[in-house]
Amino acid sequence: MSKFSRRKLITSSLAVTAGASGLAVAARLAQRYGLIPPDASGFYGPGETLTYAAQRLLTRHSFAREFAPSQISKPPFANEVDPLGDEFKRLQDAGFVDWRLHVDGMVARPASFSLAELRSFPVRSQITHLACEEGWSYIAQWSGAPLSHILDRVGTLPQARYVIYRSFQPDWWESIDMADALHPQTLVAHGMNGGELPVAFGGPLRLRVPRQLGYKNVKYITRLTITDSLKPFGKGLGSASPEGGYAWYAGI
Amino acid sequence: MKYALIDTLSEMADSVWAPTSGSVVPAATVTSRHSAIVRVTHWITTLCFLALLVSGVEILISHPRFYWGEAGNVLTPPLFKLPIPASRATVPTGYGYVLPDQNGWSRYLHFQAAWFAVLTGLVYLVFGSVTGHFRQNLLPAGADLSWQSLATVIAKHLSFRSASEADAGSYNVLQRLTYLFVIFVLFPLVIWTGLAMSPAIASAFPAAVTVLGGQQSARTIHFFVSVFLLLFLLVHVVMVILAGFRIRMRAMITGRPAKNMEPR
Repeated sequence: MSKFSRRKLITSSLAVTAGASGLAVAARLAQRYGLIPPDASGFYGPGETLTYAAQRLLTRHSFAREFAPSQISKPPFANEVDPLGDEFKRLQDAGFVDWRLHVDGMVARPASFSLAELRSFPVRSQITHLACEEGWSYIAQWSGAPLSHILDRVGTLPQARYVIYRSFQPDWWESIDMADALHPQTLVAHGMNGGELPVAFGGPLRLRVPRQLGYKNVKYITRLTITDSLKPFGKGLGSASPEGGYAWYAGI
Repeated sequence: MKYALIDTLSEMADSVWAPTSGSVVPAATVTSRHSAIVRVTHWITTLCFLALLVSGVEILISHPRFYWGEAGNVLTPPLFKLPIPASRATVPTGYGYVLPDQNGWSRYLHFQAAWFAVLTGLVYLVFGSVTGHFRQNLLPAGADLSWQSLATVIAKHLSFRSASEADAGSYNVLQRLTYLFVIFVLFPLVIWTGLAMSPAIASAFPAAVTVLGGQQSARTIHFFVSVFLLLFLLVHVVMVILAGFRIRMRAMITGRPAKNMEPR
């Protein structure tokens, strides 16, 4: 026991105190600059927070790689989806003329857009990689209205921090932060490889976030909700993915 | 047991806080087989590696097919596929059943363990450079790199003679080369190829993906490097067992070298 000298005790206590206050300051700063993901509680919180914070610092303004037309995957692979039901079939048979995209939450002018209106908005086309968390991927050309254009049009309030998007399939909803929502490559996509977006790939409307994995690219979107907090939605973990055991942030 | 733990902790504190103070260094620190930082980072890395291995296998079985280039899926001819069942019904495997989906926790665990491994590795790199650990303990002496001396060491290994007393205090040339390869080639490569699979990292550092040949190439290389790391782990454990499991484990846990092994 004599090995525990007073000097050692003092230096150790100082080091522990410095370490603890350093962590506390880092946590406060991370909170302030929006570097903590909504699923940061629990055993995997430290890893998720490190990933999200590091990527927000490194990749906030970076652009997903775009490819040459010759690199488009032929044919692309449409992942399986749950049955869409009779109501979807009815809308599909009518050429989706009754499909609406509702926009609500922290906006000056809540709105509801038809497909024709969305197609009349400025179109961005890009050939990007879509990677599934399982390991497979394909490259396709996507076209649609930049989400930032829609957010501008409805007058998104300055305190907005996240955009929640919901699918026609009631259990599928996701959310992204404003860094991804305002990113020029984030599209409300209605076209693919030069044609209309096929139903198997999420048509008539799919949210394309090329800097995140496939499961953040929700198919059949019907509603955008702009919010400053994800706590009131679902179980408060940010989206359906963490509720099903998957990470909220999927830029990995 | 309790006192042994206190000894270990105090040795660790010594080598962390006062590595060069000459006055009150306990005898055990001077003759430590492995320094405290090496021991602590070794075991944290071990835990992380096992977590990465289990979660990596779980993630792999959701798509046990490999491709070369940027993109690949079940409609693309694979470079090769593993003859195992998959945890997704969309993957044609030839098996009549689908394994349960474990990707949620596997991915959370994989990335958390990767972070801890990388941070531990950084501590180890700084320590190894500053203290001369790499130079003294891992860099082979020039004379040992001749074909003749390499052949002697290999012949000795193949004869399965147990390690001599001299081997207990330092690494032979094969060990040095293997550890250097694992630390400075395999670990950086597995981290790089892992990061290259990330869509966000690919957007910020596109060249890190394209030099590998694409994101699917990165995934394929990641798999092979992991297989090499697993092979290293198996050989490493077998060699520890052959060289004397208790002595080597004690040296890596308490730092105490072989000659101080008598029970107290």
